[in-house]
Amino acid sequence: MISKQEVEYVAHLARLEIDDAQKDKFTSQLNDILLYIDKLNELDTKGVEPMSHAIAVTNAFRDDKVVESIGTESSLANAPDARGEFFRVPKVIE
Amino acid sequence: MELNQLTIHELQGKIKSGKTSAVQIAESVFKRIDAVEKQVHAYIRLMKEEALAAAKKADDDIKKGNIKQLTGIPIALKDIVCTKGITTTCGSHILHNFVPPYNATVVEKLSAAGAVFVGKANMDEFAMGSSTETSYFGVTRNPWDLERIPGGSSGGSAAAVAADECIASIGSDTGGSIRQPAALCGIVGLKPTYGRVSRFGLVAFASSLDQIGPFTKDVEDCAIMMNVLAGYDSRESTSVQAEVPDYRQFVGRDIKGWKIGIPKEYFIEGIDPEVSSAIKKAISVIEKSGGQCIDISLPHTQYCLAVYYIIAPAEASSNLARYDGVKYGFRTAEARDLLDMYKKTRTQGFGAEVKRRIMIGTYALSAGYYDAYYKKASQVRALIKRDFEEALKKCDIILTPTTPTPAFKIGEKTDNPLQMYLSDIFTISTNLAGIPGISVPCGFTASGLPIGMQFLAGHFEEGKLIQIASAYEKNAKIEKRRPQL
Repeated sequence: MISKQEVEYVAHLARLEIDDAQKDKFTSQLNDILLYIDKLNELDTKGVEPMSHAIAVTNAFRDDKVVESIGTESSLANAPDARGEFFRVPKVIE
Repeated sequence: MELNQLTIHELQGKIKSGKTSAVQIAESVFKRIDAVEKQVHAYIRLMKEEALAAAKKADDDIKKGNIKQLTGIPIALKDIVCTKGITTTCGSHILHNFVPPYNATVVEKLSAAGAVFVGKANMDEFAMGSSTETSYFGVTRNPWDLERIPGGSSGGSAAAVAADECIASIGSDTGGSIRQPAALCGIVGLKPTYGRVSRFGLVAFASSLDQIGPFTKDVEDCAIMMNVLAGYDSRESTSVQAEVPDYRQFVGRDIKGWKIGIPKEYFIEGIDPEVSSAIKKAISVIEKSGGQCIDISLPHTQYCLAVYYIIAPAEASSNLARYDGVKYGFRTAEARDLLDMYKKTRTQGFGAEVKRRIMIGTYALSAGYYDAYYKKASQVRALIKRDFEEALKKCDIILTPTTPTPAFKIGEKTDNPLQMYLSDIFTISTNLAGIPGISVPCGFTASGLPIGMQFLAGHFEEGKLIQIASAYEKNAKIEKRRPQL
C-alpha cells in the first residue's frame, strides 16, 4: 500500500504538485493499480533474464562526421524565454 | 460514391486514368470535413491551405506522368508525429504551442510518396488512454454513434478514416492504440513489428513498446501504406535493417494449409456475447478459406496488463521528464525559482491521466522498488514473449478478438482508470512481445457498432498478416456500411 505521504514524496520526485483535494483520489487510484500489479508476485521468476527490448538491439554507430543539424536559431525558436544563444530560466542560486 | 469515400487503390485508378485530379479529391475531403467535423471532432488542427497547395503540386506531377505510391492521396497524421513548421501538440497543454523544427521520418516518407496532409488528428494526451477522452483539445466522437468513444489513443486518426474525413491515416500503438480504435471504428489498423517503422520524430511515450502504423479502409490500402512506411532509418537507433518486401504482393493470396492458433486465454468471461459470436463466425470463414484452426495456449496472458502498467508508466515517467518549461512548450507564469517553475509548469501542463502514469512510473523506479516492480515486470515480459515464440512454432497466425467489447459510452470509464486499462487487454501482449498485429472489421452488433478481429504473427511477418486479413476480407463479405452522420 502506498500512503498519502509517499504520494507526496513521489510527486516531488516527479516534479509535480498535487493539491489536497486530489491527494486522496490519487492515493486510492494508485493503490488500486498497485494492488492489481501485485498479481505478478504469484509468478516465480527466479533465473529469468529481464527483457528490455522486444528484438535484439545493438548499439547503433555512425561515422564520426559532421552532418547538418537544426542550428541555434531554430533550436531556440520554441523557448518560452531565450536571450542571445541561451535558454533563460528563473534564478537557481540566491 | 463521393471521392472522399474511396480507397487509396480506387483513387489511384481514377488518377491514372485521368478521371479525377488531386485537387478534386482534396476538395471532396474538405467538403466532408465541413459537413461532419463539428460532430466528430477528429482533428486538432486542419491543414487546408497546405493540403490544397500539395494537391496542386500533385496534379502537376500527374500531368508529367510522375505518379508515386500516394500521389494526391489525403492522409491524416496523429498529432504525435512532428511536422516541420506545423504545431504538434500530442494532445497536451504542455505542447500546445510546440512548432517542430523538423519532420518525423514517416512524414518525410509519406510526403516523398506524394501524400497530401489533411491535418493533425486528435488523441489521448501523450497517447495515454483508450478513448481519446484525455485530450486537452476535447473528445473525439465515434462516427458510428456520437455518444460513444472512438477508442484510443489514436481515436482521431481512426474516426477521420471511418467518417471519410481523409482516405487513410497514421497512428501510433504502445498497447493497442492503433488496433483498438480501428476495431471500434470499423476499419483496418496495423501495428508493425518493433523496429519495422522509424520512430524518429514520434513524441516518445514508452520507448520499448511504441510503434507507428497505418489506419485504412481496407487491407490493400494497408499494404500500400506499409510499402511507404517500412524500412531502416539511420536516425533511429532501434530501427532494424531487415529487408522490406512489397506488401502488396500478399493481397489476394490464399491461406490454404495455414494453421491458425486460437488462444484459449483470449476467450474469457466478460467478453461481450456479440463480440464472441462475431469472432466465432470469423473463425468459420477462416476455415472455409483453407485455414486450419487449432487450440493454443499463451499461459501468461493474465499477467500482460500488470506488466504493461509497470513498464509503460516507468518509461513514460523518464521520457516525460523533458517537459520542464525550458526549451519548448508551456511554461508557468508564476515561478519563485527554478524548482518551483518545473513543478508548476508540469502541474499546470499535464492532465490527470498523464500525471497518474508519471506517478506510477516514478514510484516503480524509485529507490528500493526497482527490483519489485520494473525488474519483475521485465522478467514476466520475457515469459510472455516466450509464450508467443512457443505458440508460433505450432501455428502461422494467432487469431483473437481485438477488444472485449464494442465502443463504450463517453464518460463511462473516466473515473475508473483500471476499468479503462482493461479495454486494452487483448492488444497489450503484442507490444510486450514486439510482434506485429492487425485489426480487421468482422461485423456489427445488433445496434450497429463495429466489431474487430485481430491477427498476430511472428517478428517481421507483416506480409502474412496482410495475406490472411485480405483472404478474410474477401471471403467474409462483410456488408459495406457507412456511419450515418
